[in-house]
Amino acid sequence: MNAKSAGHTTADGRKIGGVLMEMKNITLRFGGVTAIKDISFDIREGEIRAIIGPNGAGKSSMLNVISGFYVPTEGEVWFKGYKRGPMKPYQVARLGIARTFQNIALFDGMSVLDNIMTGRLTMMKSGLLSQALWIGNAEKEEHAHREKVEKIIDFLEIQNIRKTPVGRLPYGLKKRVELARALAAEPKLLLLDEPMAGMNVEEKEDMSRFVLDVNDEFGTTIALIEHDMGVVMDLSDRVVVMDYGKKIGDGTPDEVRNNQDVIDAYLGVAHD
Amino acid sequence: MPEQLLYATEVMLNGLMAGVMYSLVALGFVLIFKASGIFNYAQGVLALFAALTLVGLQNGQVPFAHMINAVFGTHVAEFGWQLPAVVAIALTALVMVGLAVLIEKLVLKHLVSQAPIILFMATIGLAYFLEGLGDVMWGADIKKLDVGLPQGISETIESVTDSLFGYGFFIDNLDIVATVVAVVLVSALTIFSQYSKQGRALRAVADDHQAALSVGISLRFIWVLVWSIAGFVALVAGIMWGTKSGVQFSLSLIALKALPVLMLGGFTSIPGAIVGGLIIGVGEKLFDFFVGPMIGGATENWFAYMLALIFLVFRPQGLFGEKIIERV
Ligand SMILES: Nc1ncnc2c1ncn2[C@@H]1O[C@H](COP(=O)(O)OP(=O)(O)OP(=O)(O)O)[C@@H](O)[C@H]1O
Ligand SMILES: [Mg+2]
Repeated sequence: MNAKSAGHTTADGRKIGGVLMEMKNITLRFGGVTAIKDISFDIREGEIRAIIGPNGAGKSSMLNVISGFYVPTEGEVWFKGYKRGPMKPYQVARLGIARTFQNIALFDGMSVLDNIMTGRLTMMKSGLLSQALWIGNAEKEEHAHREKVEKIIDFLEIQNIRKTPVGRLPYGLKKRVELARALAAEPKLLLLDEPMAGMNVEEKEDMSRFVLDVNDEFGTTIALIEHDMGVVMDLSDRVVVMDYGKKIGDGTPDEVRNNQDVIDAYLGVAHD
Repeated sequence: MPEQLLYATEVMLNGLMAGVMYSLVALGFVLIFKASGIFNYAQGVLALFAALTLVGLQNGQVPFAHMINAVFGTHVAEFGWQLPAVVAIALTALVMVGLAVLIEKLVLKHLVSQAPIILFMATIGLAYFLEGLGDVMWGADIKKLDVGLPQGISETIESVTDSLFGYGFFIDNLDIVATVVAVVLVSALTIFSQYSKQGRALRAVADDHQAALSVGISLRFIWVLVWSIAGFVALVAGIMWGTKSGVQFSLSLIALKALPVLMLGGFTSIPGAIVGGLIIGVGEKLFDFFVGPMIGGATENWFAYMLALIFLVFRPQGLFGEKIIERV
């Protein structure tokens, strides 16, 4: 497959476009630990890209590099055809890259609705004063944002917990609210760090369906980390496999499944 | 006996008014602590600095006059203007915003993700620096602050209560104004934090830094914002205290009274800061009234700390603070 090609259509009729994000020779070190060793891969517009690998492989670190939480020691990050300079996480978010966290990072003191509303903060325009005084466009704008958020709430089927403080929700629902907040930003690229970890089968099925629907209906490009192989094979268009900070495989689920290095890594064959 | 009761009521009302002052200072602490986890030792000094700047600007004092005169052998002291109070207050508010920007740029920015004790030490340094700066800029003498707030015993209240109960309450007009201003300030802050974009961002940062970053909120902007607000709250507190007892360096000591207020109210609760301040204000006045005479008086100096100590033993998270449960 040619990385510069204009794109193609998948078997199920979704459009995959050109390269949206490209990681070039990324290396990330923490003192003596090398979490990522010289990894390159790309993410195409409209695709679902999975990152897999054993515990401690460096998957979350890679997601943190993409979202600006970690600054790579070496290498370049390209987004929409431009090389990205060193950026703070909030600046990356404003570029249209939203994310969820492996350990869930929600605003526990706020309601589900308020949590999701924060996803739209950077899109709100009204100035400080008119907002404070609740005049002019501020009210109209608030309603427009509320409407968008309500749509997402319907979409993720969490109407019945809209007003619940997030701190009181069970784990599975928290993950869903976190996804909702990320979606509220209408991101170009959505990063999900183990969105299904710790869920039961039914919750996993729901979450898988949501991920597919988001990609299908909104055309959102998604990069996700997941341990459940069945889920990965079902959801993703292409898979990057990491082990001990190195990339050991990259391709369609079928290609990756039959890759000897990948099989070895998962069966625990000794490393050199 | 009813006379005794009336007198106690008067004492209590006076205590409430004094408590408003404590609440104002404690409020500044809570705002910064919530948004950044920093225990801002300099909050009291911020109030002092704001009051000094206000007096200086209003009376057209030349800042750094002593230093300028010493270096250049000149004799400058005043610009010779008298600014209207509103203008002087607005200018001082701007100075406090400028100070917030400088604090973020010169101190906080370099200490991101340091341990809380380090940040605490930094604010102690900041407190002494600001105290020194205030001294060098405006001089160490006690200054009279008059922004036109009414002062003295309210005759209306005295005559009304006198005709009602046959006993006239002595309530200071300034205390009434301070209470009204504090109520307006707290309401405005609440509306701001609940309904404005920046207020939402502020609550988000106070709740979870990582999550806030992920939705595109700049922590540095929020820090400048919250220090500006704390600076403004300090200005209000400084105006009230300065009007009451003159602008003097002991003003920074009110920060110490805010400490027991925080122990009572919890470090993270805005209602807690307010209620805590009122309880301490009323408590210390009533205690001094009833128990003081029995044990030789001057209980106001230590009552607040004793009350805080008792609270620490039985309810360490304060009245409204979140319960701290160690994750294991
Ligand atoms: N902030 C950090 N400071 C120091 N070391 C880190 C940091 N973040 C990650 N590491 C190290 O980098 C390596 C990769 O960690 P990472 O969290 O990226 O793995 P992962 O593939 O996401 O694992 P898991 O499946 O358990 O989530 C680990 O050795 C980890 O200890
Ligand atoms: Mg991980």
